[in-house]
Amino acid sequence: MKKFNIFGSRRTWAWPYVLFLVLFVLLPLLLIVVYAFTDPEGHLTIKNFVQFFRTTEAVNTFIYSLAIAMLTTIICLLLGYPAAYIMATSELKTPAVMSMLFILPMWINFLLRTLATVELFNMFSIPLGEGALLYGMCYDFLPFMIYPIYNTLQKMDKSLIEAAYDLGANRLEVFTKVILPLSTPGIYSGIIMVFMPTVSTFAISELLTHNKITLFGSLIQRAFGEGGLQMWNYGAALSLIMLIIIGITSFFGDKEESPSQAGLI
Amino acid sequence: MTENNYLIDVRHVSKQFEDGKYALNDVSLQVKKGEFVTILGPSGCGKTTLLRCIAGFQVASEGDILLNGEDVTNMPPNKRPVNTVFQKYALFPHLNVFENVAFGLKLRGIEKSEMEKRVKKALKMVSMSDYEYRDVDSLSGGQQQRVAIARAIINEPEVLLLDEPLAALDLKMRKDMQLELKEMHKKLGITFIYVTHDQEEALTLSDRVVVMNEGRIQQIGTPTDIYNEPVNCFVADFIGESNILSGTMIRDRRVAFCDREFDCVDTGFGENMPVDVVLRPEDIYIWETGTGRRKSDVPDQSDYDPEDRIPKGNFTKWYGVVESCIFKGVHYEMVVKTDNGYEFMVQDYHEFVPGTEVGMLVKPEDIQIIRKEHYRYNTFNGEVLKNGKVRFLDAEWIVPESQLQSFVVGDKVQIRVPLREVELLDYEDEGTLSGEVHFILFKGNHYQLTIRTDFGDDLFVYTNDVWDHGDRVGIHIAPESILLDKMPDQGNEEA
Repeated sequence: MKKFNIFGSRRTWAWPYVLFLVLFVLLPLLLIVVYAFTDPEGHLTIKNFVQFFRTTEAVNTFIYSLAIAMLTTIICLLLGYPAAYIMATSELKTPAVMSMLFILPMWINFLLRTLATVELFNMFSIPLGEGALLYGMCYDFLPFMIYPIYNTLQKMDKSLIEAAYDLGANRLEVFTKVILPLSTPGIYSGIIMVFMPTVSTFAISELLTHNKITLFGSLIQRAFGEGGLQMWNYGAALSLIMLIIIGITSFFGDKEESPSQAGLI
Repeated sequence: MTENNYLIDVRHVSKQFEDGKYALNDVSLQVKKGEFVTILGPSGCGKTTLLRCIAGFQVASEGDILLNGEDVTNMPPNKRPVNTVFQKYALFPHLNVFENVAFGLKLRGIEKSEMEKRVKKALKMVSMSDYEYRDVDSLSGGQQQRVAIARAIINEPEVLLLDEPLAALDLKMRKDMQLELKEMHKKLGITFIYVTHDQEEALTLSDRVVVMNEGRIQQIGTPTDIYNEPVNCFVADFIGESNILSGTMIRDRRVAFCDREFDCVDTGFGENMPVDVVLRPEDIYIWETGTGRRKSDVPDQSDYDPEDRIPKGNFTKWYGVVESCIFKGVHYEMVVKTDNGYEFMVQDYHEFVPGTEVGMLVKPEDIQIIRKEHYRYNTFNGEVLKNGKVRFLDAEWIVPESQLQSFVVGDKVQIRVPLREVELLDYEDEGTLSGEVHFILFKGNHYQLTIRTDFGDDLFVYTNDVWDHGDRVGIHIAPESILLDKMPDQGNEEA
């Protein structure tokens, strides 16, 4: 018989993490599911979902949030890819300095940055609203797009690019046929990293639009924060819907090229 | 337009990096159509840089590169009629074998059916026919290498450049691929330029070998030329095993080394000129002598030679005791030490156990004479300073008063330091100057070292101590060993 040894197996050391996972990830998730499918009295029901799909305003907000998230993601991709590309290929041998430029803003809490953005808009008397919202979202989430793309580009074997030139490709062809396809894992994780948080964001939208535009995240927040205990079940249902949408996006693209390969984790 | 019929004409090409170091230093090389040329040298000798300049990945700082008589020095790689097989294959991981091979054809817009035909043909050429739709990551190193070759030859380039293509393969695989490459070269009839640091590979494969070191071409010749007639000690040492000894060319066809005189076939070195002598270990005949007989120097008839292996005739012989004997598969490799302190490496099919007293001889045609690049003295330019010092090699040295009598402060002088008199110290900060052991040559009974100082100058040293390549050393020269001479007239004018 094996003797029990507390330090003996690696598995022992995983327990704190498992405990953390159960307490702060699995259990809350389970609670959300339970709340979503019950009414305040605790009876099993799908009323909460029906309520959501019946409320035109809620569905519209949901669709609008998705659209804003997609738009933000696209803008971030269009801005972030060239930035990452320039950083990765720049002759300046200071990628550290370059990444600092992009990563440094992340050192400051995003609420502070958003508040500062509001002040900036006010200072130049630019009206807050949809434009400001998009600006704020891109500003906050752009580094999440740049970093994974930069990582894949940085790690790319330079001889592949040389091989493409060698086989007769011009600059454009080298980009479209080699660099771009090889950087898809980075693009993919960039998209996920930007899309996921933007779907559920609420603070940015509230601050940058003076609460004029409501996003899905705000809807959930209000259900929990203002609706009282009665609304928790509805809020849980909304959260679950959002989780499902985010879950679906994670299954986009190539399954073999997981985000972790792009150096995200 | 074409002044000659060379396919590739590299003219005085230099490549200087940002730090001022030369990767290529005035390299000229002509390659004929259909040749298999190997660029051989130790790592960092500039061979890959030269290849990359021909491929177009790097632009030469000076000089021209002509392809088919057309100046391509500044032409981008995609416009050049050359293709490269990269060291780590550089196969596109997002494409399968077929797509990788078809990459070049697709870019040129070749029709699909034609493309398929040609890809199949190319894959057949490298015996990878059944792998068309495999993922490149699932292939072994050797298979990836074949795909890389197929991808490069499908474009029917005029020149195929191969950058150490076999370096990542194991020995057995490498040998097989060598034969296949040679076969492929014959079949395709295109010019191959092959870069390697493996001298055996170079000798096996090539029509001509280009030996490079420190950014310069040392020797260009057929494998037999390079092996049998090395032009300098570097080549002799780098290609194959060799015994390199200091000797004196007494007159034409007569050379002295190891305290003996030998007949040789070389002429034109002058009389009593210091030279280096190269003996290949397999060219030395070795036989067992009776104990104690070797000292008499005339044991001819009684020598143990049952198989009649030893050439008869009036050859100079020398004698020694076997120190070590290693079985090398086909032959034995012996180190023999002579009474006067020289060590010789000898290869023979027979085993001579350590302790055996042996005689040795070498045929005159197997003695290779090399002009000495430097002998007896290091020469530097220097300047007389105050307080009995001179400045050379970017350092200040004390010299005896007697040496300075005919000079005044500020005089430019020529400094000579005997190779024997340079002292190397274990601790670099104990020397007047520090440097690194850059090149080591065993000369039978002493080592000849090239020390590169921290300021980039070379210093030659004879020593009996064993140093390793890359060792950091302190350099000390005793004041009385520093000899001052007047500058040759021109030097004075310049100053």
